[in-house]
Order: sequence, then C-alpha cells, then structure tokens
Amino acid sequence: MSVLQLTSVTKEYGGKPAVRALDDVSLRIEAGELTAIVGPSGSGKSTLMNVIGTLDRPTRGEVMIEGEATSAMSDAQLAGLRARRIGFVFQQFHLLAGLSAAANVATGLLYRGIKPKERERRSHHALERVGLGHRIDHRPGALSGGERQRVAIARALVGDPAIVLADEPTGNLDSKTSEEIVNLMLELNSEGSTIVVITHDNELAELFPRRVRVLDGRIDSDVQVEALIGAV
Amino acid sequence: MNRSRLRFADLIRTGLLGLTTRLGRTILTAGGIAIGIASMVSVLGISSSSTADVLSELDRLGTNLLAVEAGASFLDDDVRLPDTSSARIRRIPATENAAALTPVSVDIVKSDVMPSGRNGGVQVSATEAELLDTLAGTVADGRFLSTGDGQLPVVVLGSEAAERFGISSVKHRPAVQLGEHRFAVVGILEPLVLYPDIDRMALIGFDVAENLFDSKRAPGTVYLRTDPDYVEQVRNILARTVDPASPSSVSVTRPSEALSAKAEVNKSLTNLLLGLGAVALVVGGVGIANVMVISVLERRGEIGVRRALGATRRHIAAQFVVESAALALIGGTVGVGIGALVTIGYAKRQDWTVSVPLEGLALGVLAALVIGAVAGLYPAVRAARLDPAEAVRPA
Ligand SMILES: Nc1ncnc2c1ncn2[C@@H]1O[C@H](COP(=O)(O)OP(=O)(O)OP(=O)(O)O)[C@@H](O)[C@H]1O
Ligand SMILES: [Mg+2]
Repeated sequence: MSVLQLTSVTKEYGGKPAVRALDDVSLRIEAGELTAIVGPSGSGKSTLMNVIGTLDRPTRGEVMIEGEATSAMSDAQLAGLRARRIGFVFQQFHLLAGLSAAANVATGLLYRGIKPKERERRSHHALERVGLGHRIDHRPGALSGGERQRVAIARALVGDPAIVLADEPTGNLDSKTSEEIVNLMLELNSEGSTIVVITHDNELAELFPRRVRVLDGRIDSDVQVEALIGAV
Repeated sequence: MNRSRLRFADLIRTGLLGLTTRLGRTILTAGGIAIGIASMVSVLGISSSSTADVLSELDRLGTNLLAVEAGASFLDDDVRLPDTSSARIRRIPATENAAALTPVSVDIVKSDVMPSGRNGGVQVSATEAELLDTLAGTVADGRFLSTGDGQLPVVVLGSEAAERFGISSVKHRPAVQLGEHRFAVVGILEPLVLYPDIDRMALIGFDVAENLFDSKRAPGTVYLRTDPDYVEQVRNILARTVDPASPSSVSVTRPSEALSAKAEVNKSLTNLLLGLGAVALVVGGVGIANVMVISVLERRGEIGVRRALGATRRHIAAQFVVESAALALIGGTVGVGIGALVTIGYAKRQDWTVSVPLEGLALGVLAALVIGAVAGLYPAVRAARLDPAEAVRPA
C-alpha cells in the first residue's frame, strides 16, 4: 500500500479565465521515499502540495492517503487525518511567536488530544532529532532562520506522520543553511521518514533520490536515482 | 477515533495565548469593557446604597405618620384647627400617638447676649409631650417636655435653633429669653429629617404658653401615628373627625410619601445611568469584535498552520470565541473591581451604609463574558471559514 496515491488529479481555480493549476496528475509515493517536486514558479507545486496534504480538494480525481480515499471525507475527518498522518513544513516557518521552541513543536500534537506532559516529552525528543536539543526554551524570535525551520520540521515530525510535506522549506534561507536543511531531510529519511520537498531550485533537487518535475500543472518527468544509476 | 481532538484545558490555553502574545492590544481592548462594566457597577452600587439609605430612613420614621393641618384660607392668615382636634384624633381607635403643634407669637433671644428683636429665625411653638414619640425623634441632650412641666418655664430647642443660640448641651443650665420671661433650656433635639421646620423651633408646653403669652389652644398642626394597617382608613376619616362642620378646610398629608418619592426618583435616575453604562458596554463589545476581526486577518498564517496541524473549523472558532470571551472577562473583572471601589468610596463620603450587591458584581462579570463571547462569534466564524490552503499561502 502506497503512502500516497494521486489518480488523475485536476485542480481548477475559478475566476476568469479559470486556471488549471493541476492537469490530470497521477503520482504514487511509497513509504520511506524522499522526493523532491521541482518546477518553475507558477507550475502548480504549491497547489500539488495542498492537494496532497488535504488542505485543498481536487476538482477531479482522487487522493488516497495510506489507502484511504479522501474525496468522501468530511472537513472534520480530513482535519483528523492531517492531525495524525500528515506533517507540514512551510517556507515562512509559521511558528507561534509567543511560544518556546518546545511548545511550538508540541502544537504538532495539540489536536490529537494528547496530554501536555506527553506532548512535552515528545517535543523534546523531536527537537533533539533535528539537532536543537539545546534550544528548547528559545522563542522563535531568538532563533536563526535555519533554526526556526528546524523547529518547524520537528513540529511536522513530532506526531510520527505517514508523510511529511515541505513547501519551499529553504526558500527563506541562504545556500549554506539550505544545504544543512536538505542534509537533515536526508538524515531523517534514512531514519525512516517519508518526505516530500517542494522546491524551484534545480541544484537542491539534485540532492534528492527521487525528483518529480512539474510543468504547467503536469508531471513532466519522474526520476529515481536507482533508475538513473541503472541507466548509466 | 481518528478525529481531531482538542482538550478543553488546551482550548482555554490556546485562547489565552492570543492575548498574552499581544499584551498591549489586550489591555487597550479590555479597557473598553472595563469602563462599561465599572460604570454600570458603580451606578448600581451607588444608587442601591443611596436607596438603601432613603429606605432605612423610611423604615426608621415609619410610613404610618400623618400630619393634619388647617387648609390655607383667603380670609385668615393664622388658620387653626378646632380646639378639640387633638382630643378627637386620640379617640380614633387606630391612633397610636398624637400631638398638636401651634405657633406662639413671642420673640426668643439668648439671654442677655442678643439684642431684642433678633431671634435668628427661631420660631417658638407650643406642643405636647407626645410630640417626640409621635415624630420618632430623639433627644441629643437633656429631655423632652413632659406633662409634669405644667407652668414651669422650660423650653426644648430644635437642633438648628440650638446651634443658632450656640447651645450644645444643657449641662450648665443654659437659658433663653422668651419675651419678658426667662426659660430654662432642658433639652436639645436631634435633627428631624422629615421636619426641618421643627429643627428651627423652640418648643414649650401649652399650659405655659397660654398663661404667659396668651396663646390659644387651637393647634396649627396635629401629628399622629396610626396602626400601620389602618393608615389609609384613618387618613380618609381624619378631616371629618377633626372638623365635622367643614372637613374641606382640613388638609391631611403623609410625610413619608416625600421619601418614597425620593426613592422613586433615585430609581429612575439609576435606570437612566444604567442605560448609559449599557451603551458603554455595547461599545466595548463592538470594540472587541473589531479588534478580533483585525486579529483574524492578521493571523491568517496561524489559522492555516493550525488547520494543517489538524484543527477543525470548530476548534478554530472555539479558539477565537475563548480569546474574545477571556478578553472581555479580564475587562469585566477589572471593571467590577473599579466599580466596587468607586461605590465604596462614594458611599463612605456620603456617610451611607455601603451596599454593593454581590449578585450585581457576579452579574457584571457574567455580562462581560457573554458580551465577549457574542462579540467573538462573528470573527470566530470568519476565522473558521478561512480556506486552509489560502491561509497557508504566502501573502
Ligand atoms: N487561489 C487561487 N486562485 C486562482 N489561481 C490560483 C490560486 N492559487 C494558485 N493559482 C494559480 O495556480 C497556478 C499554480 O500556482 P502554485 O502556487 O501552485 O504555483 P507554484 O509552483 O507553487 O509557484 P511558486 O514557485 O511561485 O510558489 C498559478 O498560475 C497560480 O497563479
Ligand atoms: Mg509555491
């Protein structure tokens, strides 16, 4: 069973003229994969991530998460799915300014009804995994951009989701910090996490074992390193 | 079991987080509600203290007191009731106590000191020993007139009259001059709230008045205390009892009605001020709604992330309602505190018994809570309706 399966997903935005942001996209992602979705600006990457993450519903087609069709689910059911099975990382970090790093990470478990003690314990553990065990009590304002993104990644990971989705996680970071973040992703992936990273940066995408290229709302190419090695 | 779930304590904590993160705004917004609640609580408190004061006065004086006077006449300035009035009134079974009061035309001066002809506005009146009990008055010093005084030249001064003569105690046997005659001051009265006129009087007995000053026995006024259950009945027959020949020349009043009217005026003024307080409160509520709407716009990103982390629309709505209600609750609590302090301070200055109704305070806090929750409803719905995909998109 695939962690994620998109079948003929089309997403159109109303308005004039109507925009077809995703055009008949089919995609499977298996557990343990680390995938980069690359493409130029406006190609539909963010739309794709929102649809995968059930933040948005496709106009047509089906999104299945761990074998469960999402099209028939209610809004509240989708929220439950996101609370347990999907982790998000955003370009602008989206941390809560009033909370410490640990408390921010703990919000990743807030909507699962887990007790505060347990949330705290797991948030400390997640922060250690992203190498921020020494920044537990810092507010986002006292952290560097790279550190903030690590906190956001820890928040996405803390609930042990089936899949972590990151939309331009390095978009606000310099190249050295970006590389560190990508290395962290590789490391977390080697520990078992299934991760999808969206980027418009081709060079960065080269570091990922699987690269899905999106162009004008269609999948232009889908390359796996193993396949590449095999072809050479 | 795969549903999102937000613990109640976490919901409260999340709502409060929005307030502590934006402290300055919280204080300003809560201030609006605080002013509204404070004004309502202090209006309520002050008016209930003042009404309590008037009512306790009423209670003390009783509502069963009637005053009988000769109606004004075109022909005669010095109108009097028939001589027999007091006696007739005492014969009414429901009468508990009665006393006549009659002006005596004689000048009064403080012995030796003040030149003759200047009595400082003090009126000499003849009355009976029952007057004090009938009016529920009390003696500040000395004693009141008694039936045993007979021809003794003794006088009791009203509180203001005593003050004008500079007499504050009867210890050193003070005396005043009534016309040619020297009278011993045997008592000084406490102020009589309902009868400021008597405060300015010097009271002597009927016998001595008749003998020394040729005063008539016909009373100007008769005060009577009735059985509380028969006040109206007695009132209705009084005129005919006193003067069967011409009952229309007798006027009967019930002095406590003036106080009841005062309490009524108090009440309507209170309602007016309360209305103003309510307007302030509504304005405060609108202020909260306003701030919350702005907050929702500003916090698109936060809302988006919470939805991504698994919050349902209800969770988002509840968060904003809690935030708004907590905001108003803070304002309401502060407002109730200020209102109570204002009331206590004001009542102390007025020498009233402080009456801050506890239910009123609780009601103030509750009102704030409800207003906050209602004010938060619209912004909360807007927040909940935000499309999560829209909300997480970079602005
Ligand atoms: N809410 C919307 N309403 C209408 N059109 C939209 C909406 N959101 C996105 N689009 C359009 O859909 C297309 C894909 O947008 P999307 O944000 O997915 O691109 P992207 O690949 O993420 O671009 P970028 O690299 O700049 O983030 C664009 O043409 C965009 O203008
Ligand atoms: Mg994008």
